[in-house]
Amino acid sequence: MTPQHKSWLQLAPLTLVLLLFVAVPLVFVVIVSFFRSDGFDTIPAFSLENYTALLSSSLTLSLYLKMIKYALMTWAVSLVVGFFVAYFLVFHVRNRSVAIGLFLLCTVPFWTSNVIRMISWMPVLAEQGVINSALLALGLIDTPLRILLFSDFSVVLAYVHLFTIFMIVPIFNSMSRIDRKLFEAARDAGAGRFKTLMLVVLPLTNSGVVLGSIFVVTLVMGDFYVVKVMSGGGSASVVSAMYDNVSTLLFPPAAASAVILLLILTVLIVVLTRFVDVRQELVQRS
Amino acid sequence: MSTLTSTPTVGDAPARPCTFYVLALFFAAYVLFLYGPMLCMYVLSFQGEHGALSFPMRGVSLHWFHQLWEGRSADIGGAVTRSIPLALAVMAITVVVSVAAGLGFRRRVRGSSALFYAVIVSLTAPGYILGIGTGLMFSLFGWQTRWYTSALGSHLSWTLPFGVLITFAVFGRFDAAYEEAARDLGASPSQTLRLVVLPILAPGIIAIALFGFTLSYDEFARTLQTSGPNNTVPIEIWSMTQNVTSPTIYALGTVTTAISFLCIGAAIIAVAVIQRHRRAPARSR
Repeated sequence: MTPQHKSWLQLAPLTLVLLLFVAVPLVFVVIVSFFRSDGFDTIPAFSLENYTALLSSSLTLSLYLKMIKYALMTWAVSLVVGFFVAYFLVFHVRNRSVAIGLFLLCTVPFWTSNVIRMISWMPVLAEQGVINSALLALGLIDTPLRILLFSDFSVVLAYVHLFTIFMIVPIFNSMSRIDRKLFEAARDAGAGRFKTLMLVVLPLTNSGVVLGSIFVVTLVMGDFYVVKVMSGGGSASVVSAMYDNVSTLLFPPAAASAVILLLILTVLIVVLTRFVDVRQELVQRS
Repeated sequence: MSTLTSTPTVGDAPARPCTFYVLALFFAAYVLFLYGPMLCMYVLSFQGEHGALSFPMRGVSLHWFHQLWEGRSADIGGAVTRSIPLALAVMAITVVVSVAAGLGFRRRVRGSSALFYAVIVSLTAPGYILGIGTGLMFSLFGWQTRWYTSALGSHLSWTLPFGVLITFAVFGRFDAAYEEAARDLGASPSQTLRLVVLPILAPGIIAIALFGFTLSYDEFARTLQTSGPNNTVPIEIWSMTQNVTSPTIYALGTVTTAISFLCIGAAIIAVAVIQRHRRAPARSR
């Protein structure tokens, strides 16, 4: 057996699983997007009516605008938070074990249920919740703030809570790889700490930022349950509209909407990965 | 390479710069933001019998855990007996398939780039859409969706990308010379794998197992359309968010998070033991 054959053999199980549970299902989504539905049944056909209905509806545009707004807000906040958390862990914590411990502290919630973590905001943000009670007790407000829960604020807050870890890890990775000798060089060349940050750290962290941005933006764009629960039903997203379709067994319109969203996500990822060789970024080690 | 301890900060000042304190405060605030709401929920799950969904606590009781156990709002017992075996199966398959793929990806063979992009698609495609696709595939093939077939497969589409990415990080540091040396010393391929490759990769394998178990145990979006007639724990949680308005849901949150914490703790301890084991002979050298 040649080494090449051995590699193929080792990659075969992964290929099989991805074919069966990613590629073929996506093909079925595309096929069903051309089917018709009469309210009860899905009827095999080749019809563009799902697409024409979607593209001519003003609801579609407003769903996408809402989704883009959530994605941008979440991206901006998680980028700032992720950058400074990673910066602190990599450059300010001197003891390596402490750094790893603090890093794990940030990661542990990721290994617990997202739905539960989202629900845990309810007692904090509710009208009689922790924040309102505290503000009332301090005399800062007279009536409970209602915008804390079931609003755009609570949706973005939950996104940031759930997804910032996807920004921290890639940025942490890039920063850990920066050669510390570069800082000496920058200092010798007369750069202050701020200049070193802007001219050395930021450019070398770029690829981590791009990778983290891809994760956060795609996660927000693919979400349906955060927007459903945290907006109290007041807002919808592209995927939550799909969810509503599917709960009334309207599979073809949901499939068409899925195809359009997947196309947009693909374009977005292709554009963003122009700036970074993802595979190289993940393999390369200092 | 200089280590973190020998070159302290960007500024190399012996004293900590003021930005250290600002960022330390920022970090502490982030950790509070991360854990604060969860802690509130754990506390509230011990709410007294007449207590509500928010503070104040009206006594302390196990009433809501009892309610949960009685199964008045959901079949939690049944869901747990499905979710845990499912997570264990997903974990085992994820470890084997990811490690094999990690070994295979070391050589840039034809097709490996395409496969890598398939991994990225699997990671970034909205889980709910993949779930719909898998559900449609099963229904059009005339198969019944089950938690141990369709849901198992769609969970793998979520855990395998993480498994593969971890092998990338771990195998990047894994020198193929070890394998050659084992071969030169007369080890068979299976001996090389068992006695050389796997022990070196052990911490990475534990990490993959941790991701495999926890991501499957908590997987929700991909499971909705694929779990079939019997629900897993996250689906039960979801249906409770839609219709339960008592602290029972917090009790469920506390229980399910405790299960996750047990796994995380076990994994961290296992890695720590391996690392200590390794460091011990190195010190005497």
